[in-house]
Amino acid sequence: MRFNRWVAIFVLVIFSAAILLAGCGQKQAATTTGDNVIKIGLIAPLSGDVKTFGESVKNGVDLAVSELKDGKVGNFKIEIIPGDDRNDSKEATNVATKLITEDKVSAIIGAVTSKCSIPVSALAQQYKVVMISPTSTAEKVTVDDSGKRKDYVFRVCFIDPFQGTVAAKFALNELKAKTAAILYDQGNDYTVGLSEVFKKDFEAGGGKIVAFESYTNQDTDFSAILSKIAPKNPDILYLPDYYQKVSLIAKQARDKGIKAVFLGGDGWDSPSIDQAAMNGGYFTNHYSVEDPRPQVQDWVKKYQAKFGKRPDSFATLGYEAAQVLFKAIETTNSGDPTKLRDAIQNMSIEAVTAKISFDKNGNPVKPLAIIQYKDNKQVFVKKMTP
Amino acid sequence: MESFIQQVINGLQLGMVYALIALGYTMVYGTIGLINFAHGDVFMIGAFVGCLGYSSWGLPWPVAIIVSMAVCAALGVTIERIAYRPLRYAPKIAALISAIGVSFFLEYGSSLKFVFGPDYHVVQRPFKNITWHLGVVTITNIQVVIMLTVLIFLLFLLFLVFRTKIGAAMRTVSFDHDAARLMGVDVDKTISFTFAIGSALAAVGGVLYAIAYPQIYPFMGIMPGLKAFTAAVLGGIGQIPGAVLGSLIMGQVETMTAAYISSQLRDAIAFAILILVLLIRPSGILGRSQQEKI
Repeated sequence: MRFNRWVAIFVLVIFSAAILLAGCGQKQAATTTGDNVIKIGLIAPLSGDVKTFGESVKNGVDLAVSELKDGKVGNFKIEIIPGDDRNDSKEATNVATKLITEDKVSAIIGAVTSKCSIPVSALAQQYKVVMISPTSTAEKVTVDDSGKRKDYVFRVCFIDPFQGTVAAKFALNELKAKTAAILYDQGNDYTVGLSEVFKKDFEAGGGKIVAFESYTNQDTDFSAILSKIAPKNPDILYLPDYYQKVSLIAKQARDKGIKAVFLGGDGWDSPSIDQAAMNGGYFTNHYSVEDPRPQVQDWVKKYQAKFGKRPDSFATLGYEAAQVLFKAIETTNSGDPTKLRDAIQNMSIEAVTAKISFDKNGNPVKPLAIIQYKDNKQVFVKKMTP
Repeated sequence: MESFIQQVINGLQLGMVYALIALGYTMVYGTIGLINFAHGDVFMIGAFVGCLGYSSWGLPWPVAIIVSMAVCAALGVTIERIAYRPLRYAPKIAALISAIGVSFFLEYGSSLKFVFGPDYHVVQRPFKNITWHLGVVTITNIQVVIMLTVLIFLLFLLFLVFRTKIGAAMRTVSFDHDAARLMGVDVDKTISFTFAIGSALAAVGGVLYAIAYPQIYPFMGIMPGLKAFTAAVLGGIGQIPGAVLGSLIMGQVETMTAAYISSQLRDAIAFAILILVLLIRPSGILGRSQQEKI
């Protein structure tokens, strides 16, 4: 009898808590409903293994919103609804479904990593919502498996083949490398894509790939494959993964006496990378803060004033994605996703890193930057096109 | 040949780390016949407490390891008291599900922002990394520390279980709770003690793992936990030397597969060997064949 009473009290407490929470949610929603609001979803990893990517993209978008007059574009108030995908593709799908079906967003900025953007892009296309990924470089974000364009989906960054091609060209021509070893995560479209293109182009340019080894996302011990690579003494160790994994591999590679120059992709661009371990390594990136282009310098100053640090590529591309979207809303003066889609496809905009227009697959046409980690900071090397 | 020796050393390091976790699995299984799935997460907590201890709280690293051991021992005893003891005479499956629940609780609990947070932390090594080059073979001081620790703990455990009074109590409890009670053994206390020792070992394993592979996050315990559990089964679960032997085999198989066959197949082959061994010797390499008690 007594037991039942405790259960009853417990259930009551849970219910009242639930009602309270639901009440809070409603109140929040009530302040933002109105006819002239355009809701924009933001999907990014705000926690988890690549959280600095997500935070930077969000900073970039927030800065773009804070520059709007009264928070409005044309007649429309802009409301950003953020969602955390924790760099997990299932979670990204959940967040996207909620944004599209419950919040009824007109457009989505995101997701950040390719493995999350690919499933989200399928949803965006299905529900006819505009999606602009700031930073996902895998080809399959804007086209489906058969190569057919998902016409509501765009991005403001380069694609993997481009990054792999430039990295191979840089290794051969600038670093005068003859041999390279590649380590990639077999379960990650991003690193697989970069590795394959790098391998193809490096070999086509007369280089030799001495090791092409994979690991899984769960691995922390790379000693077996690194011990295998060490006696082959490659000039380059190509590590196209995200900063956490790369830090771990680089440290173990040096432990095993590998002296190769590390080379990587835009996944290296994070303040949380182990800069001491990466010292001397080069990576291909979307832009460099040291680029003398006036728009870049202006942007760096603005960002530094607001957040007290230099903007990484993720912040910059988040800002560019918002710029593109706001311009589309301005020109069409509408929140209708189909009109926005047409406006973006035909747009030519002077964005931060370059003048951007979109090709038939929704990819921007622009050069990339080579950056080196040297004495615990990033140094701009040069701009390159394939 | 040199590279082969190098790979053997690599495998030894991996196997020794598994061994520290596997010992905890095997002790708990040996005493109460429960697979403590939360063990991998105790390992994670141990890594966090130890690393925060010497990096953020400014403790000298040996003290940090002892603090971490104490915290995990207390945690292990608490888990047993809350989640397993009420289910001790319930069907085995109930305790197993409870263990999985505890495991999720620890993983997602420590992912909360006000606990450890869901992010990856780069761990600073508490002592300088020294590499010795013996010909083409390289050995690091971290590998030496790991191997010595495992050997010391293995000997300590064997001594504890076979030469002390509490060890005799543990062995008695493992045969039959009721009979042990009739002989004057405090069953509850003995089981708590087993959990305390097993969890303290997991804490040491966690700190050493974080020093060897300097990155920690709340889900770091899952894969090593699973591999160590597999190793314990391979060696004969419930057998202390079996846990170490199984772990060393797992470490070698994984390393050799990655080195000489394909890095993509390493987990597949490691687990295939487990299945083979279990088909041929269901009780593991050093396991006694179980006889049903009447």
